[in-house]
Amino acid sequence: MKMEIKTGSGGATALLSGEIDHHNAKELRSQLDKFIISVQPALLVMDFKNITFMDSSGIGLIMGRSKLIRECGGCLEVRNTQPYIRRVLRLSGIERIVKIT
Amino acid sequence: MEVLNEIKFTMPSLSVNEATARAVVSSFLIQADPTVEELSDIRTAVSEAVTNAVVHGYRNSKGSVELTVKLLKDREIYIRIKDKGCGISDIKQAMEPLFTTAPEEERSGLGFSVMESFMDKLKVKSAVGKGTTVVMRKRLSLHEN
Repeated sequence: MKMEIKTGSGGATALLSGEIDHHNAKELRSQLDKFIISVQPALLVMDFKNITFMDSSGIGLIMGRSKLIRECGGCLEVRNTQPYIRRVLRLSGIERIVKIT
Repeated sequence: MEVLNEIKFTMPSLSVNEATARAVVSSFLIQADPTVEELSDIRTAVSEAVTNAVVHGYRNSKGSVELTVKLLKDREIYIRIKDKGCGISDIKQAMEPLFTTAPEEERSGLGFSVMESFMDKLKVKSAVGKGTTVVMRKRLSLHEN
């Protein structure tokens, strides 16, 4: 599991690569939370282009980061989700809270 | 239940073995030539069940998780995930969407919902202090290579 964060004028993008499960989510959560708290971006995009697997651990990861960034005055978007990952996300209704494409 | 082939795999309840379980299932199912979507569904359901065993079954302890995969006739897949952890006192409640006993770990409470949605059949047996067994079945489609 790898993550690369790039910041620009419009916000920040976290490019995630690999598999999101309960084991990997812990490290991602920690890295993303440090970034959100220290930088407080207006927009954080979680780019799922290179995510090859995700179970319901990803739902908790997204919901938790969405809550934290809103508390810091920003917002979260999730982009480039594969159809299969959207099926997992749809079960949670998270698309009503976070913009997912 | 006519079994054409089967494997049994036992692993310690380490979170890193969530990926191991997915890899074992994927390797075994190659012989059945599932579609990409079918394989994703099964891998996801297995990941949820093994995570439940690691996070909930063995919350304050370590133990073993047993994974059995069977290829049955008519392209049906049988999967059993068994732990000897703390067990579930109220299975009906545990299976309700969004119910979780581990919110501090950001568990969404959707593990059983994913298993139900992505597999054809799901059965959960549990006894407090003895452990939990999850059995799932899915019939693979007939498709041209």
